[in-house]
Amino acid sequence: MNFKTMKRSTKSNFITFGIVLGFYLLIQILSAAGLLTNSFSGQLVPICAYVIMAVSLNLTVGILGELSLGHAGFMSVGAFSGTLVWVCLYDTACPKPLALLLAFVVGGIVAGLFGFVVGVPVLRLSGDYLAIVTLAFGEIVKNFMNACNLGIDAKGLHFSLKDIDSLHLEADGKVLINGAMGITGIKKASTFTIGIVLVVLTLVVILNLVNSRAGRAITSIRDNEIAARSVGIPITKYKLMAFVTSAVFAGMAGVLYSLNYSSLVAKKFDYNTSILILVFVVLGGIGNLRGSVIAATVLTVLPEILRSMNDYRMLIYAIILIVVMIFGQSPQMIEWRKKVTARLRKTGKDEPKGVA
Amino acid sequence: MKKFVSSVLAASMVLSLAACGSSAASSAASSDAAASTGSTTASADFTPIKIGGIGPVTGGAAIYGQAVKNAEELAVKEINEAAGYTVFDFKFEDDEHDAEKSVNAYNSLKDWGMQVLAGPTTTTPSLAVAAEAANDNLFMMTPSASAEAVIQIGDNVFQICFTDPNQGIASADYIAENALGTKVGIIYDSSDAYSAGIHDKFKTEAAAKGLEVVADEAFTADNKSDLSTQLTKCQSAGADLVFLPIYYQEASQILIAANSSGYTPKFFGCDGMDGILTIKGFDTSLAEGLMLLTPFAADASGEKTQAFVTAYKEAYGDIPNQFAADAYDVVYAIYDAVKAGNLSGDMSASDLCDALKTQITGLTFDGLTGDGMTWDASGAVSKAPKAVVIKDGAYAAM
Repeated sequence: MNFKTMKRSTKSNFITFGIVLGFYLLIQILSAAGLLTNSFSGQLVPICAYVIMAVSLNLTVGILGELSLGHAGFMSVGAFSGTLVWVCLYDTACPKPLALLLAFVVGGIVAGLFGFVVGVPVLRLSGDYLAIVTLAFGEIVKNFMNACNLGIDAKGLHFSLKDIDSLHLEADGKVLINGAMGITGIKKASTFTIGIVLVVLTLVVILNLVNSRAGRAITSIRDNEIAARSVGIPITKYKLMAFVTSAVFAGMAGVLYSLNYSSLVAKKFDYNTSILILVFVVLGGIGNLRGSVIAATVLTVLPEILRSMNDYRMLIYAIILIVVMIFGQSPQMIEWRKKVTARLRKTGKDEPKGVA
Repeated sequence: MKKFVSSVLAASMVLSLAACGSSAASSAASSDAAASTGSTTASADFTPIKIGGIGPVTGGAAIYGQAVKNAEELAVKEINEAAGYTVFDFKFEDDEHDAEKSVNAYNSLKDWGMQVLAGPTTTTPSLAVAAEAANDNLFMMTPSASAEAVIQIGDNVFQICFTDPNQGIASADYIAENALGTKVGIIYDSSDAYSAGIHDKFKTEAAAKGLEVVADEAFTADNKSDLSTQLTKCQSAGADLVFLPIYYQEASQILIAANSSGYTPKFFGCDGMDGILTIKGFDTSLAEGLMLLTPFAADASGEKTQAFVTAYKEAYGDIPNQFAADAYDVVYAIYDAVKAGNLSGDMSASDLCDALKTQITGLTFDGLTGDGMTWDASGAVSKAPKAVVIKDGAYAAM
């Protein structure tokens, strides 16, 4: 295999995987050398979760071209279902790795199902209307999970939207979800290695989808829906494909995230989290998956690096966002960057000639 | 290529800012250290113990975190001045009332070298941080995270406030024993762990004590702009006492709504109600007759309370609330345990934790929020609940 004759997209994919694996190796080396601070090593799992969230949302926003403001809702659904599986299986004879695998699979599937159920009616809409409906979905999930009480005893599962007492649990019963307190006493299971494996899996699936026949159909819908329809592309099928894939990975990210902490509350997955993920996507470049990976990592670490600046850190965080947006997207800046890179290229080409 | 260049530039910009950040950090840390040692001379044979605090000082719950931060700072300063050398080094980190941020704050305090944690302030972050602290065997005492689940996480986790269920039980008992009402209406925030925790136990205990709960109305953090509907339901159900296990901002709205609709039941609240007299623009005459179960009242006549309120007001220009009092007590309780065990900062955090665990369970502590407080191995505090009533715009004992 020759790197030079490789297809451009393949080359770009290799660079993306290289970045992820390089990051993993770097962290492993630093960790072995004892150079990692507690603060940074505590953020490794959330970074992976946010990277998966950003990459999967980029599939909806960047590749399919539909604005979704409810991505945290899928994360929430996946987190709760996956964590329930983990909590229920933890004390049984089920081997831990299998229980963990099941948790991720269930989290992904449940989120995917919700993606399908929401997607069928919602994808008939587009643009602003779709954004509003996905926003509503996220809020519904949050409020429902906030009110949800779930318990288990010898008779089976008990469910109530009121309070713990209305579950009528028997004495040996166990409360699984306690309303606003969510799930507590989760045994932590997420590690950085699991996180990186999931990131790679997400990238493999989504990059392959994007570069496949189906992916080209999806981008054609984004670029011109009417033209795509006229050449016989089944719009609904491909829209759903992208939307559900995106939801599945958001669900898995949710499981990864929740198993990193001992408690899980629905409040975490609110509108702000959806927007945060969207910021990762926009900052990294809409449709640019590698950009999402980098932006999610940098923007997750940034507030912690700025922690020492106390109350100013929010201000600086916002200013950095604005500056990067202007630098990346403003027409004048793009032109200026083009000029600079052209000049760099020119001098780069001139030099060898001079030597020769 | 273009995108690559832009991302590299973005990364370099971030790194350069990060560099500014860390240099600012070290200078801030050194100025902190200077402040704590400035007026006193360090005793040669005592290594200061590093106490960390966590709480929301930005975002929606900022008033609680700010109060905790101020009071802990004040207590540490007083202790260091009274001892004549630096007993405690103190550092506080913001968690924005978010579990993820709180764990980040905890890790960053660990990088600083924290040996004892006086926090976090709120319940949800505490649940996440307590698991980390239990894992590291680091002594943790929270001023105000009142859920029972917090102390159940590990034997290194202690509370200085009542647990939520205890508040619910104490409230129901108090109402029943003093015959304050027979038909009870409840308005609570079902999206808040604190409020829901009190509510659940109150309901069970009320039934056991023969109180009739005629209305049980919930609101959530997202729809609390108008609470008159819930109040009307209590009114039409004929409740002669309305139990409000909620924070004072929402409670003030309920009092205003009750006044405008001419509904005059007795109102009864818990420690979250403390602070209702300090709301700007709120007519305190509406709170007349409001009863609340609170461990701390800023205008109580006790000598200790008066000294604390004066010192706090002088330093921060505010009247301290119950969160501040709890946090102040936490630092002093830790100090008492440190003195009793002759402990110092040259022990590892884990050894210190084991020693503190033994000391604190054998301790009887007199603080602002109660006399004769004791702790058992579960981490729950045992102290007598105090009820006060608002009379002539001030707290009065009942």
